[in-house]
Amino acid sequence: MKFGVVRFPGSCDEVDALRACRRFGDAELLWHADRDLRQVDAVVVPGGFSYGDYLRPGAIARFSPLMEAVAEFARDGGPVLGICNGFQVLCEAHLLPGALLPNTGLRFLFRQVEVVVENSRTPFTRACARADLLSIPVKHTTGRYYAPDEELDRMEEAGQVVLRYAPGENPNGSVRDVAGITNAAGNVMGLMPHPEHAVDPLRGPTGGAAIFSSLASSVPVAA
Amino acid sequence: MKARVLIRPKEGILDPQGQTVERALPALGFEGAAHVRIGRLVELEVDDPSQLPAMCEKLLANPLIEDYEVQLLEGERGNGSDPAR
Repeated sequence: MKFGVVRFPGSCDEVDALRACRRFGDAELLWHADRDLRQVDAVVVPGGFSYGDYLRPGAIARFSPLMEAVAEFARDGGPVLGICNGFQVLCEAHLLPGALLPNTGLRFLFRQVEVVVENSRTPFTRACARADLLSIPVKHTTGRYYAPDEELDRMEEAGQVVLRYAPGENPNGSVRDVAGITNAAGNVMGLMPHPEHAVDPLRGPTGGAAIFSSLASSVPVAA
Repeated sequence: MKARVLIRPKEGILDPQGQTVERALPALGFEGAAHVRIGRLVELEVDDPSQLPAMCEKLLANPLIEDYEVQLLEGERGNGSDPAR
């Protein structure tokens, strides 16, 4: 299977994401100004500061030519994973519900966190068991997830809250400790922690590997 | 036409920037300031002001978390005088 990793002007985690994907499949970079997804089987929208994060993080990137193709890919059921700034882009593009607000502490955060797998029946967590703890770093200033209460009730009931910060670990004030969610169809996921920085035992915990291996095993092998 | 768009965090959305400023004011001797909220101001010139609400909905604001208010500054030349509401 082949991953496509989006590169916007201002992306900074696309190379780590590319390397993480290559541990589990083929992967190549996709340029923001192209419209061609090069027949990838899954799309990763990586972290960074797309288009300088001007206006609001993700607000400009969502209108890039490539994102139009990504939106179409997602509507057709293709798996799309947004990490950090990628999560912000997918929310702004309305491919995911809710929005990311500045951290309650207002500061840039950079630390290792534990997240709990709330739903292991998604293409992004199928290599995990429910209640598994994953150790993954976060690094962001605008990571406070918000959605209205009614929407959150509905999402929890539908299993769309996939990852939660472990008790006492919520670094940014996210509502109900939400760390990662999917859309209603379950084929688009966003999360603030960076699984691409947690796949190599040489560099610490490998809590992120399960996300990429899940995704790789979710895509049917082409006949 | 010159226009001004005021963008505010929606009521009920925690505004840590506003809270921080609110706490800083008494420390500087300014008592009695409350409910500080911090938003964003966009000034622009538009040929067709009827497009402003759509611009706000699509790009300038995120309607899930922000309210916006459009002010048209008819006849003003951008000299910093008070806006005509």
